[in-house]
Amino acid sequence: MSQPRSLFDKVWESHTVGKLRNGEDQLFIDTHLIHEVTSPQAFGMLADLGVSVLMPERTFATVDHIVPTHTRVEPFADPLAAAMIAELRKNTAANGIKFFDVGGGLQGIVHMVGPEQGITQPGTAIACGDSHTSTHGAFGAIAFGIGTSQVRDVLATQTMAMSKPKLRRIEVNGELRPGVYAKDVILHIIRTLGVKGGIGYAYEYGGSTFDAMTMEERMTVCNMSIEGGARCGYVNPDATTFAYLNGRPYAPAGAEWDEAVARWSALASEPGCHYDDVVVFDAADVPPTVTWGINPGQAIAIDELVPSVENSAQHDKASVAEALAHMQLTGGAPIKGTKVDVAFFGSCTNGRVTDFIEVANVIAGHKVHPSVKAIAVPGSHLVKLECERLGIDKVLKEAGFEWREAGCSMCLAMNPDKLEGDQLCASSSNRNFKGRQGSPTGRTVLMSPVMVAAAAVTGVVSDAREVFGAKGAAA
Amino acid sequence: MALAPVLEARGKAVALMAHDIDTDRIIPARYLKAVTFEGLGDALFYDERFDEAGNSKHHPLDDPQHAGAAIIVTGDNFGCGSSREHAPQSIQRAGFKGIIAGSFAEIFFGNSTTLGLVCAVVDERGRAEIAESIAADPSAEVVIDVVEQEVRVAGRSYPASIRESAREALMTGYWDPIGELLEGVDKVRALAAKLGHAR
Repeated sequence: MSQPRSLFDKVWESHTVGKLRNGEDQLFIDTHLIHEVTSPQAFGMLADLGVSVLMPERTFATVDHIVPTHTRVEPFADPLAAAMIAELRKNTAANGIKFFDVGGGLQGIVHMVGPEQGITQPGTAIACGDSHTSTHGAFGAIAFGIGTSQVRDVLATQTMAMSKPKLRRIEVNGELRPGVYAKDVILHIIRTLGVKGGIGYAYEYGGSTFDAMTMEERMTVCNMSIEGGARCGYVNPDATTFAYLNGRPYAPAGAEWDEAVARWSALASEPGCHYDDVVVFDAADVPPTVTWGINPGQAIAIDELVPSVENSAQHDKASVAEALAHMQLTGGAPIKGTKVDVAFFGSCTNGRVTDFIEVANVIAGHKVHPSVKAIAVPGSHLVKLECERLGIDKVLKEAGFEWREAGCSMCLAMNPDKLEGDQLCASSSNRNFKGRQGSPTGRTVLMSPVMVAAAAVTGVVSDAREVFGAKGAAA
Repeated sequence: MALAPVLEARGKAVALMAHDIDTDRIIPARYLKAVTFEGLGDALFYDERFDEAGNSKHHPLDDPQHAGAAIIVTGDNFGCGSSREHAPQSIQRAGFKGIIAGSFAEIFFGNSTTLGLVCAVVDERGRAEIAESIAADPSAEVVIDVVEQEVRVAGRSYPASIRESAREALMTGYWDPIGELLEGVDKVRALAAKLGHAR
């Protein structure tokens, strides 16, 4: 009887080409995803080396960060954005790389496109020059955000150099309370373990709460692994995973499908396998959670008070003071009732059809507060089409949201969607860093999509359960 | 394809003592709208250094006393957030050779090492003393000794840890792994055939 093993160990070992001189592993990458921001320099480096793309059929491209969401008419007003998309078109065409371009019907945020197309599969090693690559871990893949030099490495060799991280199991058990969403679960985990708590670790999310989650919810959780400092995060593949993938364009079909499911099933972590650390949460303890500061770990329950410098640990005092000053918040005051200028609903964290269904269900019959600019941005063109088929676009527009084209939008403001001045944004995205949403003095409060809807309607940070009653409490 | 070994980082230093300094702060996203890394050094910490009208906010990087600094001393979890290699590229292109922090975010650490930028971990007390030495004498030379794993300044030394794989890579000149990865391409093809196509 062999030792029980974790999915992480199995996938890492099967993908190790060999040891490098410095002791790192040369890790084979099954699937490489690229976009316009972090790939052009990598293609330039390849040219400098005189090396071609080793396995172009294993790289997939899309364009997401710089695309405007209010129009798809080219040329884009921003010549820099136009140059970046032109560069990606040139590089993918010259190297025989599949490109899900705007206008092709399948464009979207890179972390939406992989799962939608069935490119993201269990037991694979995935890399992309974007930190939210951890999203793909929802499928039982080990998925790493990488820098541009590593994009070069993967293009040239289909491998990268990496030290194997330790493995922490994060277990959440039980049923989430009404009005608590996957976003709250991951914000609560990050708040508890800290933004640097995951340094040196891969995260395995397990327990009955994750077992009961949809793939979309698991993606929301895995997406923000990086915000907790972890190198990657994954959920073991199960029937939910297989049901999501079955029939997708790049998923195996026919006899190959049955063989794949058997193989994938055998990859899940085995009972008794080794974890370097285990942290257990009770789902009932997870509240609707919002951030108050300038990193995703600076989060509190919606009905909690903003921390004060005096009541913070010595190590945190300077950070708390800096965050309070930037956010224009008072320590010891409630976060609820804080005035909101912009409501942003979208991103690779919360831009999926299920997110839009949840919001449509609560917001029907409500109006966005007159002082709030509210935008709804589907994560992909396919999400947009499906929402329109379901009539969700109409519900959102009637409520007062602008309905946009797919892209990263206001999550990171490399496109026309930006905060202005010190506007405060209720955002379903993943980062509340200073300046993240495009204005150096702009302020971000992270929350679930339903809480964004509640903030949009009331014009202040609100508890969705109070705004939408029983509807908002439907988990 | 060994490169020059990096055995130390040496020079004047500047202290930026906050924790959790993210890569959006190191290099705001608008500077990523480019197809090369050229000129990124000028945009380092731009929004920390200048207000929206372009006036100086008197950031330590713009203090003439720290002109030409080669070492950054900072807090925990430096380089968290976005995986953008533009962050260490901008730090290096602004003339820095090494960073002393309480800890480093994983992706940033890997990106930096691949560029030959030394990332050394020193405990909180040690960093506070190093910062005091810099404040007392901004011209003081700080040395991050990769071989001995210590930081030296003002006649004192502090234990520094550099992840062993990174330290080995820096000392042997294999901090950019591309040459070694390319050597393994035949083995990569064999493993790819064995694993089969994902699709």
